[in-house]
Amino acid sequence: MAEPIDRRRFLRVMGMSLGVGALYRVLPAWADQGAAGDVVRTLARANGERLTPFTFVQLSDSHVGFQGPPNPTGTLAFEKAVQVINGLAKPPDLVLFTGDLTHDSEDRDERVRRMRRFAELAKRIKAPNKKMVPGEHDAGIDGGALYQELFGESSYSFDHRGVHFVALDNVSRAKPEVGADRIAWLEKDLARFPPTAPIVVFTHRPLFDLRPDWEWFTSDGDQVMELLNRFENVTVLYGHIHREDVHVTPHAHHYAARSLIFAFPDPEKTPEKKPIPFDKEHPFRNLGLRVVHAGPGAAAPDTVALGVEEVELTLREHSGTEGFQQLLKPTTA
Amino acid sequence: MKTRIQARTHRIGNGIALTALAGALALLAPAAHGEESPRVIELTAKRFEFAPNRITLKKGEPVVLRLKSKDVVHGLYLKPLGIDTEISPDKTTDVPVTPQVTGQFTAICHHFCGSGHGNMHLTVVVE
Repeated sequence: MAEPIDRRRFLRVMGMSLGVGALYRVLPAWADQGAAGDVVRTLARANGERLTPFTFVQLSDSHVGFQGPPNPTGTLAFEKAVQVINGLAKPPDLVLFTGDLTHDSEDRDERVRRMRRFAELAKRIKAPNKKMVPGEHDAGIDGGALYQELFGESSYSFDHRGVHFVALDNVSRAKPEVGADRIAWLEKDLARFPPTAPIVVFTHRPLFDLRPDWEWFTSDGDQVMELLNRFENVTVLYGHIHREDVHVTPHAHHYAARSLIFAFPDPEKTPEKKPIPFDKEHPFRNLGLRVVHAGPGAAAPDTVALGVEEVELTLREHSGTEGFQQLLKPTTA
Repeated sequence: MKTRIQARTHRIGNGIALTALAGALALLAPAAHGEESPRVIELTAKRFEFAPNRITLKKGEPVVLRLKSKDVVHGLYLKPLGIDTEISPDKTTDVPVTPQVTGQFTAICHHFCGSGHGNMHLTVVVE
């Protein structure tokens, strides 16, 4: 039998910066021959789809409805990100939103307005599939009732081009936890897949203890990861922390996306969790879009590495005070 | 006369006996108090703060955090001290804590309670 192919590099992002949206281009790390072909055929049997190259985007923490000193521009970064995605040469197959789509409000009618505004902006993205999970601002206050009324189930799964995607709600119970019911659902959902199946979990909070005193954790995240431990290719995409982060374990890679509203500082260098102040000269600093390109792996030619290109939401044509005022003018779109 | 002196002596004797008994009880009380009545620290949670927002404990000393909410359900979470509880507005919640580590810690509200939820912190100093 041929040397096993390094399937752990199925989805790997090079570099630390993921930007406000991270564009992933995925190629299978194997050709359709020999042992590699066996892998592809196994995956096709498991979920009915053949593994083929595709591109997807992660956006996170748009906090539609937020107005405050860390970002007085409201949804402008979100709108700019939409324009950048729509300007790509090839539209992504799929866009994943990892929570805090809206900013919480005491007024239920206002929450509805914000969710509808989010949906309106998201609809402008030219991609055939858009999937989302809630954040605590969307679902924490009412157990997810309004979110589910407007957007549907908060935990679900689907297959796309041979990859199994799992949307996992870890906010609707108000506390940072998935809950026994959802964990039981996940176990059943994963049962039909072989260990080689590529799994992408998208959720809101980190599934490990990143910084518990900043509420960057999920109390039963270890139980979730234990269910995923038998799989060789696990990627977890999440938001919540408003900054990029990469956390690698023997069985999974966890990637956090930047937000579309404001950034938090590095938790290892800062004792206090305070938003990074707004900079009029660089209004979208720490907010951006990342494009990932696939290429041959450096370690071995039969593996895939994903190169990353930063796409900054630049305002070169708007600089200085006058430009900033132009930035704040309502868009006509 | 003899009877009155005897009665007075009896009363004085009883007084001395009672005093001695009270003294003995007083000597016993601190040990009994430490085991049965740990120090109670009252904490109130409301959007979006804890009051007081700083408490000091001693390593090895059992205390009870007596938690109340003035408005909605809040949470109190501090992993190093094993604190993980919800605070309901309709009841008082007692949480026994005996710190085993020293240091300054930040406890948080981990039950989402509104847009200012992320700013609810309690500083816990363990000496």
